[in-house]
This record gives sequence, C-alpha cells and structure tokens, in this order.
Amino acid sequence: MASIPQKVIHEYLRHDKKFPHVWCAGCSNGIVLGSIIRAVAELQLDRDDIVMVSGIGCSSRMPVYVDFNTLHTLHGRALAFATGVKMFKPHMKVIVVTGDGDCTAIGGNHLIHAARRNIDLTVILINNNIYGMTGGQVSPTTPHSAYATTAPYGNIEPDFNLCNLAIGAGASFVARTTAFHTQEMQNYIKDAINHPGFALLEVVSACPVIYGRLNKKGTPADMMKAMRDNSVPLTAVEKLPPEKTEGKIIRGILKKEIRPEYTAEYAKLCQLAKGEKDE
Amino acid sequence: MPNTKTKLTKPEEAKVEAKAKSARGSRLMQGNEAVALGALDAGVNFFAGYPITPSTEIAEILSYELPKRGGVFIQMEDELASICSIIGASLAGAKSLTATSGPGFSLMQEGIGYAKITETPCVVVNVQRVGPSTGMPTSPAQGDIMQAKWGSHGDSPAIVLYPDSVRESYELTIRAVNLAEKYRTCVILLLDEVIGHMREAVTLPDIANIRIINRIKPTVPPHWYKHYDENQKYLSPLASFGEGYRYNVTGLTHDALGFPTNKPNEAQEMMDRLRKKISYNIRDLVQIESREMEDAKVAIFAAGITARAAKAAVSTARAEGIPVGLLRPLTIWPFPDEAVRKMLHNVETVIVPEMNQGQLLHEIQRLTKAKDDSDLVPIQKTDGTLITPGEILRVIREVH
Repeated sequence: MASIPQKVIHEYLRHDKKFPHVWCAGCSNGIVLGSIIRAVAELQLDRDDIVMVSGIGCSSRMPVYVDFNTLHTLHGRALAFATGVKMFKPHMKVIVVTGDGDCTAIGGNHLIHAARRNIDLTVILINNNIYGMTGGQVSPTTPHSAYATTAPYGNIEPDFNLCNLAIGAGASFVARTTAFHTQEMQNYIKDAINHPGFALLEVVSACPVIYGRLNKKGTPADMMKAMRDNSVPLTAVEKLPPEKTEGKIIRGILKKEIRPEYTAEYAKLCQLAKGEKDE
Repeated sequence: MPNTKTKLTKPEEAKVEAKAKSARGSRLMQGNEAVALGALDAGVNFFAGYPITPSTEIAEILSYELPKRGGVFIQMEDELASICSIIGASLAGAKSLTATSGPGFSLMQEGIGYAKITETPCVVVNVQRVGPSTGMPTSPAQGDIMQAKWGSHGDSPAIVLYPDSVRESYELTIRAVNLAEKYRTCVILLLDEVIGHMREAVTLPDIANIRIINRIKPTVPPHWYKHYDENQKYLSPLASFGEGYRYNVTGLTHDALGFPTNKPNEAQEMMDRLRKKISYNIRDLVQIESREMEDAKVAIFAAGITARAAKAAVSTARAEGIPVGLLRPLTIWPFPDEAVRKMLHNVETVIVPEMNQGQLLHEIQRLTKAKDDSDLVPIQKTDGTLITPGEILRVIREVH
C-alpha cells in the first residue's frame, strides 16, 4: 500500500480560510477527516470532481474545511441534496458526511430511500451517540441507560444498529470501523468510494467533552482505548464464543454486493424514452 | 361598447404574446400541462417532486418528457427531499423546478429559505388548494399569498408570480425560470387549483421567439471567484460544481466567499444583498395588468382566477355605464406598491375580492396613507368555491 506523507492533508485543507475549526479537543471528527483526505489522495481523485455534502451537526461542519466542492446543507437533508447533485452530474464523486442524529433521526427517511435506490453516494456516518452541537441531547444511537441532557434519568429507548438499518433498507456496501482504527477506516473509505452503489461507512467515534463527561467515560485517550478494546473484527467474530462478542462493536465490511445502480438505471431509462436501442 | 384596452407593463412578455403564431398549433390544455410545457421550453432539465393534489399532473407530464430530452425526473420520498434535491441539482448546473400544493409547500419552506440564503436558482410551483392543513385538496383557495412571502423563517425577500389563465401559466413559468436564473433565488409560481385543472385553448409560441435567460458564468480564474460578488449590482455570477471553482455553500450566514461568519458587518452585508437585489430591481420584477383604469371611479384589485371573474364583472358593469376598472398583479411579490398607490389616489372605491381572509386587502391597507384615499370593500370567500362575476358585479353596483 502506498504510504501517504503527513503533508498531503495540508494540501487538501482550506487552511488559509476557515481555521481554527469548531471541534472540541479530543473529538474524533478531525481523525475521520484525515482518513477521508488520505483515501482521496491514494485514489488520486481529481478534487474538482468531488462534492462533499453534509447536513447539520458537529461532523457536518467538515466540508467547510476541505478544498472540494462543498455543500453544507440543512439538518437531515444531506442525502437529498446529494441525490440532486449526483443525478445531474453522475460522473462526480459525491461524499456525504453526516452524524447519527442528522442521518438517522431527522434524516432517516432520506437514508432509507437513498439506500433503496442504490444511488452511488458514499456516506461517512460518524456516530458519536449524542447531539454534540446542541449540547448533549439523546440521539437514536444513544445506548440504553446512558445519560444525555434530555435523558437525565438515563435513556429508556433502544438504540439503532445503523449498519443493520442500512442493510435492511438496501444499501449495497455497508461497513463499520472506529476512529481508533485509522488505517482500516482509510481502506474502507476507499472501498466505499470505489463501490458502484450506495455505500455507507459507520465510524464509531468519541465525543469526550459532552458524551464522555455525561457518562463518565474518562479522558479522550480513555475513550480511544475503549474503542480499541470494545471492538472485534468481523473475521474474528465466528471464532470467538458468543459471550466474548456480546455488546462489542463489530468492525468490518458487513455487506458488499453489486446490484443495479440508480444513475446507471436512469441513463438506460433515458435511452428507452428517446427510442434508442440498448447497447 | 366597453373599452377593452389591456396594458402589460413588461414589453418582453407582450412580445411573446404578439409572436404567438400557430407554428406549434393551438391546443386545448390544462394549466398544469402549460406549466410543464413552460418549464421544458424555459430549459428546465431537472424536476424532483412528490405527488400531491392538485399539482400532480406537472410531475406526471415531466416524468414522461424529461427522460426523452436527457433531463432528470425523480420522484422523491417527500417534499423536503424534493426541494433539497432541486437545489443540489441547480448547484451542479441544472435548471430545476418542483411542483406541489399547500401541505407540501409548508414542508418546503426551510429549503426555500436555504435556496434564498445560498442564492441558488430554482422554481417552486404551488398549485394552491384550501387550507389550513389538509383542507380541501380539490377545491380552490388563495390562502398562500402571505406564505409565499413569509413562509420561511427570517427575512427573505421573495419573487412570486401569479397567472390568471392557462396561457399565462405557460408564460409565467418561463418567466419564473428566467428570474430564478437572473436573480439567483427561489422563484415561486402561485397557481389557483382551478387554473391548474382548467382547460383552455393555447397557442404556444415558436421556441425561437421565447426569451431565455441563463445564469451568468464567472469569467475570473478560480482563485478570484467570489460566490457572492457584491460588485456585480447584486446579480453575481454562479459557477457550477465540477467547473474548477471549488467553493463552499452553507445555510449559515456567510461572507462573500461563502464561508460561515458571525461578524456583524459581514452578516449585514449578506442580508442587505438579499434585500437589495429585489428592491433595486422592482421595475424589472413587478408586472401588472391594468384594464380600463384610465377613467375608473371604482377599481377591482384581484389576482389569479378571481381576476378572471373580475374581468367578466368589469365588462358587464362597463356595458351598464359604470366606470369600473381592474388592476391585476402578475407579480404578487414584490408587491406593486407604485401602481396600487396610484389606484388609491385616483379612484373612489377599491373592491378587493380574494379567496382568503384578507391577505391582499392587508397589503392595500398598508399603502393607504391619505385620508382621501379610496374606500376599501372586501369580498372574501374561504368555502372552497369561486368568487363569481355576479358576486363582484353586485358589489360594483352597490358601491357605485
């Protein structure tokens, strides 16, 4: 694997425009951004052909900092905007950066329908289990019994398994990793970008300042170690006894299949409508 | 014989009317069909929508026509997704449009605000039905006039057009697309349910005679590009994604480059630009029809299908010798303040028929300053039926 020198990141950042960034010390979002940039650099994609789309939330601030075509949209609607861009310019690589609240609460409807259409979008879903930007409210992935500012007695709701949700809705590439496993994340991002269809990568991340404090998770380093210790690669799951994998974060490519992609299907439909013969 | 002089204030649209020969033949068509054909002739190549009565025919026709022309039609999962995807497509370079009705229009308001703050061209057609809420889906009302201006949170000046016939639905759809491109904003076309579903014979003009406006493209190299360039008389060039400009778009208050800002001076500049690009171009935007107003003592101020009833009432009243005229806004926002002030100064009584609880009346009251300005007589109906020529005629006779 080609090794990308550290400086590459600086070439892709709008460092002269909008830094410092808004993220708290210890936040995983910067790590994810680093992995996205390294993946794009390794794939040698033309940045003029990349559109990064996001909704609203901590992770959704990402496009502002990076030198692509960037679209910071409305809360929950990143996938709808991205669908418009991709449908009109199918050759462009559209990367959606979103969070657990943005993508699966307010934006849940767009997630399931984009997955169902199998439109060629790359979704990086950064899951920090909480609404960080608004100060720590319960999200669809806040674990049962965890605390949030709107769950002061502990959360009574079960949480979404985001990858199962995406698979159930029809996503053709689904993977999960954590912000600790940066090399793995970089590889999965490349796989997701290269996948011809709807690809979703869940990155389990750490929000030490809000989620961590509310739930006594320790320092940012403690939370990173927890991601290392509490996750199991999919390849190891079958070999381990069930009690060893219970409640663990399963990392790996959970789904990968090739099925008709939406913009390609639409191009065929146009040919049909124009009365042209199939090639 | 009654004087039937009609005056359109904008010569370019009048030209379309004059050149409308039968090259494409005369056809019986519905208002919604006229909107769809107008969109295609204006160069719309992206439609995203969600089914809703009484606007659905627009989506149905475009789902058939757009793929034939290599354009995009997509039925989205809801109206929130529809408005957002047409904005995304527009930034990628499309001329985009969606169509809906009251409940969907309410859902689209956040996206409409986003299109306005990011100055992204797009068109929303709202075929109005009775509200509030689900109301009466197949019955006419004119209750969304204020929503079309104030529906999205925050101050966001609006361009809203309002046709009164099938033919004009075609023309104003083209104009809506043109104005969206020129002013880089979300333009709204308000239709009445009855106009959307009414069939009239329409002769479409030759394509060559239609004036099409396309967004201005930047001529500067990417590192000089400002996504919101104040030096361009509030009408700044717009690069599309993929053209090498790599700019940022955000719904946050932003600076001229498009990056988020909390600085009061930059926030004020942005808000001023949104306001001024409308208010400095009133003459280009406002379009009214003035019918028999020269010697009128009584005036009717009405829009859309209600103006059609008013026209019939004016003809009958004129035949009876009553000096009555009609002032009709084709552009409802920005409001035709100047023409309305003149009307209030010149006539004794203004009758304001509308299928709502006084949304136009309220605007006219705003412009009533002098004590000797005309008396205002409302006719208001919100029961899902039209205001008839007879109802307006009765009031004309009463006030005369």
